[in-house]
Amino acid sequence: MPGKQLTPTDEFVKGLWRENPVFIQVLGMCPALAVSNTAINALTMGLATTFVLVMSGISVSTLRRFIPREARIVSFICIIATFVTVVDYVIQAVSLELSRALGAFIALIVVNCLILGRAEAFASKNTIGRAVLDALGMGVGFTAALLWIGVLREILGAGTLFGVALFPDGFQTWTVMVLPSGGFLAMALWLLLVNWIRDRQEKSAKAAQGVTR
Amino acid sequence: MSGPAPVQQQPTSAWSMYRAIVGIGAFCALIIVTAYQATADRIRENQDRFLAQASAEVLPAATSTVAVKLAGDGSLALASETGELPAFLGYGPDNRLVGAVIAAQGMGYQDNIRVLYAYSFDQDAIVGFKILDSKETPGLGDRVEKEAHFLANFERLDASLDPAGDALANPIVTVKQGQKTEPWQLDGITGATITSEAIGNILNQSASRWVPALEGSAGRFAERSTPEGR
Amino acid sequence: MNDASLWSIFLNSALINNFVLAYFLGICPFFGVSSRLETAVRMGGAVSFVMLVASICAYTINWILAAVDAPYLRIISYILVIASTVQLVEMLIRKLSPATFRAMGIYLPLITTNCAILGLALFQTNRNYDFVQSVVYSLGAGAGFALALILMAGVREKLDLANVPALVKGTAAALVVAGILSMSFMGFAGLGR
Repeated sequence: MPGKQLTPTDEFVKGLWRENPVFIQVLGMCPALAVSNTAINALTMGLATTFVLVMSGISVSTLRRFIPREARIVSFICIIATFVTVVDYVIQAVSLELSRALGAFIALIVVNCLILGRAEAFASKNTIGRAVLDALGMGVGFTAALLWIGVLREILGAGTLFGVALFPDGFQTWTVMVLPSGGFLAMALWLLLVNWIRDRQEKSAKAAQGVTR
Repeated sequence: MSGPAPVQQQPTSAWSMYRAIVGIGAFCALIIVTAYQATADRIRENQDRFLAQASAEVLPAATSTVAVKLAGDGSLALASETGELPAFLGYGPDNRLVGAVIAAQGMGYQDNIRVLYAYSFDQDAIVGFKILDSKETPGLGDRVEKEAHFLANFERLDASLDPAGDALANPIVTVKQGQKTEPWQLDGITGATITSEAIGNILNQSASRWVPALEGSAGRFAERSTPEGR
Repeated sequence: MNDASLWSIFLNSALINNFVLAYFLGICPFFGVSSRLETAVRMGGAVSFVMLVASICAYTINWILAAVDAPYLRIISYILVIASTVQLVEMLIRKLSPATFRAMGIYLPLITTNCAILGLALFQTNRNYDFVQSVVYSLGAGAGFALALILMAGVREKLDLANVPALVKGTAAALVVAGILSMSFMGFAGLGR
């Protein structure tokens, strides 16, 4: 008998923190670091990935009985690549500037381990409704994580937030934050924070158990 | 203790494999092509509008443009469609040739840089410059986009030809900030050396190819031919 | 048609704009496999080989797509070709060196989702490299990736023996090391000009 079925809300919420793709599962780091040098890039990337997650989740879940076991990875990759192509064209149509800023990284969503992982681990084994909730949760969690990194890097590295200057002219920006090293360091800082919080949660959970035993 | 024998999973039949792969293929193809068709016009519009805006910025004297390209023999020819690196001849309100707008690209520090520059026939020089696309480091390399002293280089960047008319008399070259002595030199930006040098290289290579062709064919294209007659 | 010289393309993809440390491509295997030097070397070799093959295939596909005017099929055809190449490499390794195959475990098929390979194909297409330039680009990228992986593995092996606070251990420490490595690689800027 498989583990207990999560409530629909839980399916959605788990992607936000408990199984956050970037900080807990440590999946999909490439785009997380590459395009998070400004907040708007991070947001666009997060939304694009969420779109692909949801659409491919729906497709995989709808077609799950139709896809034989042996051909499933190839099928998933095809489906994901299709929606990535779609989102690439949509972004170009909406804003040429954003498309240029993100460059090839929109196309790189197709190799984001997160999407293939969710398709394999979840969408192919669950109903459409649950697949959508799971995809949305992971997508929002992913976007939030990207935004965390992007906001930190933009504020420290450029002194702006979504292009709006926050500090008076004299502010000496920490340019390293918008450079690749800054990406690694920003992620390391947030990861440390996340680890610390989880550590405390575990300790308090253990303490509570110890008291009742 | 013997329980029921484990159920052997049937190997998937070839038919269901083919059906799945063809089905998925058709499904994907449908979606991709629909998305492509639905957005193609809009994307084209965006690109054209962006290019028109940029051209107007670098060559404000031009009120209309005609797309051109480099023919195999190095001369100028009309282009039926704008490719990756468009080039235009700019005509003033009286339909006389005022200049050319050329796009060029080359490797900067981070990635490719695409630029647009305007060449003036009267002045034998580059008189306008704009960065179309760059991923240079914010605060460092991207200063070439905005810094006033660097942009001042392009009020008149000499690109005159040698007496033979098939190469630049003096190659465009980037020098250290504050050391510009000749009109064909680019005064660089300290702290953004690589990007400044890259711009110099891009302009030099592009101008070396285009200016001889432009000057050579200027006579042929001196007046904008109206659609009615030539 | 891109005007860059072959030597500058190689230096660029190997050092100055190292795929892992500057473009953040190929991070999953970078952090997953770099804890031991031996596996790092093998992974570096496998990825370099796949990169070379993928580069040639991408160039060919792009040429075909341009001929039939179907640019919208680029992403899907690139990724399918990469997936097939990885399958082939897997089979090859299993035949030639079963020990390596076992040692690499799950990370071999994961090369398919290695952003570095698809990223390589996309970058070379965007920059309009011709055939020779593409091959040199992929050789440089593979060498750079292997180099970064080996350096990282060396540092992490030593780090394992050091007294690192529990919170920082693992991925967070690796990220900081990567950040420092990335900064040091920035020193290569301007090389080969």
